[in-house]
Amino acid sequence: MKNRDKNISAMSTPAIAEGGKTGDWRDMRPVIDQKKCIPSIKGKAACYLCWLYCPEGVVKAAIPVKIDLDYCKGCGICAEECPAQAITMIKEVDDNG
Amino acid sequence: MDNVQIMTGNTAAAIAAKLCNIQVVAAYPITPQTSLTETLSQFIESGELKAEYVRVESEHSALTVCISASTVGARVFTSTSSHGLLYMHEQLHWAAGSRLPIVMCCVNRGVGAPWSIFNDQQDSVAQRDTGWIQIYCRDNQEILDSVIQAYRIAEEVYAPVMVCYDGFVLSHTMMPVSIPDQKAVNSFLPPYKPHTVLSVENPYNINPVIFPWLRENAEGIICDGYMEMRYKLQKALDCAREVIVATGKKYAKLTGRNYDEMLWRYKTDDAQIILTGMGSIAMEATAAVDQLRKDGVKAGVAGIRVFRPFPVNDVRKAFSKAQTIIVLEKDISYGYEGALCSDIKAALYGTGINVPVHNFIAGLGGRDVKVREIFEAVQQSLQEIAAGKESNKTIWLNCRK
Repeated sequence: MKNRDKNISAMSTPAIAEGGKTGDWRDMRPVIDQKKCIPSIKGKAACYLCWLYCPEGVVKAAIPVKIDLDYCKGCGICAEECPAQAITMIKEVDDNG
Repeated sequence: MDNVQIMTGNTAAAIAAKLCNIQVVAAYPITPQTSLTETLSQFIESGELKAEYVRVESEHSALTVCISASTVGARVFTSTSSHGLLYMHEQLHWAAGSRLPIVMCCVNRGVGAPWSIFNDQQDSVAQRDTGWIQIYCRDNQEILDSVIQAYRIAEEVYAPVMVCYDGFVLSHTMMPVSIPDQKAVNSFLPPYKPHTVLSVENPYNINPVIFPWLRENAEGIICDGYMEMRYKLQKALDCAREVIVATGKKYAKLTGRNYDEMLWRYKTDDAQIILTGMGSIAMEATAAVDQLRKDGVKAGVAGIRVFRPFPVNDVRKAFSKAQTIIVLEKDISYGYEGALCSDIKAALYGTGINVPVHNFIAGLGGRDVKVREIFEAVQQSLQEIAAGKESNKTIWLNCRK
């Protein structure tokens, strides 16, 4: 058995995975088309509106842009905000066959 | 040398809080509690007490300020009555759930509707299940002593303590009170060591949403679910019994005043009829017992000092030889009986002590409870029981029906 929390009151730290993997109940996932994504096309840091709008902070402002699917809840805000329409929401069930 | 002064119950509570070196006070005025926090604000204004007095717009905020201040490591105090306590209800649960050693005085007053500013214990008894330790005082000396002991108990078990005493009957009545000196209190009460301190150096979130199941955190540590947190609070209050008794014994060494049980006894050694109750009504019962004894009735009083955690073993011991039990109380669980009466019966269940229990509901909304009334009601109960009539009964004392 792993270590048990000794705190007598409930608490959590600001850390990734503190609340367990919260992406497991997602039913839509964002897929980025790198041929349309502005930072990928320009080859430099640009746009990143998806990173700015993501309510879960799971978008990495990198080249290319990456989304951490362990914690993405599939809300679709990134797809909605992308000015290049580079992000498509795909049904998880479709993806799994 | 004893420093004995004549003072009201509210002054005794304020002096006790000052002796405990409280750091934050947040309270909202309500009769009959007001003069307590007024006295504390005078102590702070004059520089006698180095504490922060936070003025708030409600009792809900008062306790919230105490919760916040306690969370960053301060020793805090608040007090209220009646509707003020009920307005705190949500935060009472929050304080206990956060395991914060807050001490509050509840100056007992009846609850509306209809409006009453006078004394009964419906207010604090209604808050019985919030996870607070509840101590009831019988006189002004006990108020001072209980507040000082309350901090030590609270800070050892990490649970909040409510020190309850009867409005006006004690809060505004002058009695001689012996005040221990500051050095003695300092040696009795070590500085408050919080179990967790909210700080910017080590950021975390206190009381996040807790799921029904256990949770593995980012460091791979298994964190408790909601039920485990509740269990820990229950266990803390269960363990508090030992701490309360040990604290009482330590305090007795300091002051010579005896607090080695969770209840107190008056002429119980040979008593066949035992009267019980909480606070000043149990004190009144001692005078009735003297009258009863003059009449040849072997009566005694076992006064309940600590209501939560309930002193199960002390009750079993105190009532082991009783042939009749009379429970006097200033509260009613509507649709059943007095709350203390139910608890006493439950504590005796299965022990072989199966004696008549009469429950006197008395003094609601400040109606005076006279010694003669208790005396006569007990005599009548004894007659009924002897005649084989109703062995369990709730009697509304001095109430026109």
